[in-house]
Amino acid sequence: MKSAVVLLPGLNRDRDMIAALTKIGGRAPLTVWQTDTEIPDVDLIVIPGGFSYGDYLRCGAIAARMPVMKAVAEKAAKGVLVMGVCNGFQILLEAGLLPGALMRNTSLKFVCREVKLEVANANTAFTRAYQPGQILRCPVAHHDGNYFADAETLARLEGEGQVAFRYAEGTNPNGSINNIAGIVSEKGNVLGMMPHPENLIEAAHGGTDGRGLFESALGIAA
Amino acid sequence: MIRNDFPITPELVASHGLKPDEYQRILDLIGREPTFTELGIFSAMWNEHCSYKSSKKWLRTLPTSGPQVIQGPGENAGVVDIGDGQTVVFKMESHNHPSYIEPYQGAATGVGGILRDVFTMGARPVAAMNALRFGAPDHPKTRHLVSGVVSGVGGYGNSFGVPTVGGEVQFDERYNGNILVNAFAAGLADADKIFYSKAEGVGLPVVYLGAKTGRDGVGGATMASAEFDESIEEKRPTVQVGDPFTEKCLLEACLELMASGAVIAIQDMGAAGLTCSAVEMGAKGDLGIRLDLDTVPVREESMTAYEMMLSESQERMLMVLRPEKEAEAEAIFRKWGLDFAIVGVTTDDLRFRVFHQGVEVANLPIKELGDEAPEYDRPWVEPVAPAALASDTIPAGDIVDSLLKLLDSPNLSSRRWVWEQYDTLIQGNSLQRPGADAGVIRVEGHEKKALAFSSDVNPFYCEADPYEGGKQAVAECWRNLTASGALPLAATDNLNFGNPERPEIMGQLVFAIKGIGEACRALDFPIVSGNVSLYNETLGKGIMPTPTIGGVGLIADWARMGRVAFAAENEEILLIGAPAEFGTHLGQSAYLREIHGRKEGLAPHVDLAAERRTGDFVRELISKGIATSAHDLSDGGLAVAIAEMAMASGIGATIDEPKSDSAVASFFGEDQGRYLVTVAKGAAEGLAAEGVSIQHIGVTGGSSLKLGSVHAIPVAELKAAHEGWFPRFMCN
Repeated sequence: MKSAVVLLPGLNRDRDMIAALTKIGGRAPLTVWQTDTEIPDVDLIVIPGGFSYGDYLRCGAIAARMPVMKAVAEKAAKGVLVMGVCNGFQILLEAGLLPGALMRNTSLKFVCREVKLEVANANTAFTRAYQPGQILRCPVAHHDGNYFADAETLARLEGEGQVAFRYAEGTNPNGSINNIAGIVSEKGNVLGMMPHPENLIEAAHGGTDGRGLFESALGIAA
Repeated sequence: MIRNDFPITPELVASHGLKPDEYQRILDLIGREPTFTELGIFSAMWNEHCSYKSSKKWLRTLPTSGPQVIQGPGENAGVVDIGDGQTVVFKMESHNHPSYIEPYQGAATGVGGILRDVFTMGARPVAAMNALRFGAPDHPKTRHLVSGVVSGVGGYGNSFGVPTVGGEVQFDERYNGNILVNAFAAGLADADKIFYSKAEGVGLPVVYLGAKTGRDGVGGATMASAEFDESIEEKRPTVQVGDPFTEKCLLEACLELMASGAVIAIQDMGAAGLTCSAVEMGAKGDLGIRLDLDTVPVREESMTAYEMMLSESQERMLMVLRPEKEAEAEAIFRKWGLDFAIVGVTTDDLRFRVFHQGVEVANLPIKELGDEAPEYDRPWVEPVAPAALASDTIPAGDIVDSLLKLLDSPNLSSRRWVWEQYDTLIQGNSLQRPGADAGVIRVEGHEKKALAFSSDVNPFYCEADPYEGGKQAVAECWRNLTASGALPLAATDNLNFGNPERPEIMGQLVFAIKGIGEACRALDFPIVSGNVSLYNETLGKGIMPTPTIGGVGLIADWARMGRVAFAAENEEILLIGAPAEFGTHLGQSAYLREIHGRKEGLAPHVDLAAERRTGDFVRELISKGIATSAHDLSDGGLAVAIAEMAMASGIGATIDEPKSDSAVASFFGEDQGRYLVTVAKGAAEGLAAEGVSIQHIGVTGGSSLKLGSVHAIPVAELKAAHEGWFPRFMCN
């Protein structure tokens, strides 16, 4: 399967993401720049983490209004898989491709540590390589990862199985409501998550729990 | 028209930090009274921070070369060969004064400045460290400063995208009025793609790149060369404001521009901004520089020439470009949303000429501005060693209680509260993160190679004996790299001292440098870059001498790396390089200081020959895969080191009763050159090395730590103590 990584000024986990896609998918993803108005035919579009536009104004707010995001929205509407990690998740929320908001961590501090994730729905295009309820190790590194949605939205997310990942075993690092770490869109083809699976895919990372996500999205049998 | 004709009064000269004899030197040099702008330029170039006028004589004595060294001190950063045509580029630099005045921005721009030094050389930054020293925990400003500095370091480094892999945090009342923020950065570059600041060619465009120039930081370098007094808050406008987003864009744009072949010379605008960068590029290349300030991108109106020349606005670069590549270069910078302006030209007249609104506001000899800075052989007195510790005054404490207290003390407790605010994982190459002996990163694009980083100094030792303390800082850094399995390659020094105009402070500087030099020579560990921060004094009270050493080592195969955590149960524990009693030296130890409030005795002596023999032996045990874990012994001695290995693994250990009159000295003594290593059962047989003591002192296993005859402590209890202090102190 072919993938593309969206590049915006200030993103900084783009190289990590490109490395993960390359190592697991067997070929390097294409890259698209913020001003590109078209995205080539790919099966997976990834918006990596970082601090697009310095997170000034509001995380992801400026990036969400760049031309490339219109192209991403068009692809998402056609059912192409779109995945946003960390700042990518924030951008997808700001672009209206996913519901809810990410607020400042309750600690009011940046946090970088390993947490435990529960696979809350193993029946999505991004999680099918995992077992339902499987507990994963995964690093987080963010300042604004405190997920929030109003009661109605939350009920819908929970009711429709749109919560893909939850912080488990008391490791919620940011105060997210219902321990939500990652959600998918109504149609299931857009995923946003705060943790960084791309930083836990090989022996050098001390574990490979993040691989399942890429194997799922890239259609690779584990 | 903005005035440039202020009368140059003695008061004005003094307020620029220039002494009457220094001003006379200016008059002699140019044969007339300087203009206001020129006075500012001289003050910027001749302050301590930029000219090293007090330390130069002594810095020259440091070893700076070796077969591995590609570039020593004098450029933006040092460059060291790591094989396969690759190099590591690194430097450490202080941002002490600004961080005390405005902790968040001071620390943030310190990180920004050191990252810029590294990528100016053409290297992509891959690792950062921070050595932080604060006042006493109960001082009313300390928590505010810790909170601000840590979030500033994180705020800049995390956004820029470099993993923070190590560092130090220390507390002592001697830093109450002057905290230390020493920032280290390292980058990777190909050996044939290093960029330098030396301009070449006459009539070539001098290009300004990056962020716009504002009034922030005007006079910052002069401020950093002065003591503090009660008026310190008034200096806030001299602190710069950082923009990590622009820096990240600048990094990508610079690397892209360098790859295009357009760059002849490049210099970042750090201390003294446009002045220092332009003079340096010209002076190094034996060229004059002519600047036209009307073309400088500014973000404020009506800026004077004086302000533009002295602004320390961040995220700016100066380059000399190949004229035929100008359009290509400009397109790259526009793509990243950065300013690009031709602000000058190289000339053959060796003059530094500055024009503003059609008027020549400065015309100075460029070589002399840099090279003819005053240089002082300041008077110094030999430091007086404190009295040796009388053995009958050493309190015999309970070993277990003392260990728990040490682990829960301000200076030995876990720094997790700090480093969890730093991104330690970004780039996906972090093999060992803060909390280890050294931070280790994999060299991208290489199967096995890794780099280790460590930052070290024990200011208490340095205060007691600057010479031994200087030696010890180098040895400790070398030891930490060794314990990670790395071959130490080279180091950077960040020398933080008080007012050098006081002979006893100058004596500390002189003797610390002597110690550093001797250790670097003995360990083949040259100094390739560095920074001197003097005048760390408030109301005449100086900091402890603090020569921070940042070292870099190479691990040939990271599959065989030294790790602090015990690898398995039922393994043998070896103590290497120690006396028969395990430990003997309690002078200036953490035990005396943290438990009994006594800063007494002699600093421990470092036997450099033994240091090297022992370290080389331990490194071999690691690289041959014999050692399953390794850790050096430092503050808190054997007990703390073994506890750290247990806590990192969750595995307990049983240690033999030492053959000694003083269990306190055995377990908490800080004798130098010692390591703990574990090996599989039986693997220790036949291990030997000439002149290296190897003692079998216990076994791993269980869930408790038992030190000699005293009762066992659950590892979980050790961990709770170790993790307790910092969050408690910071109230969360």
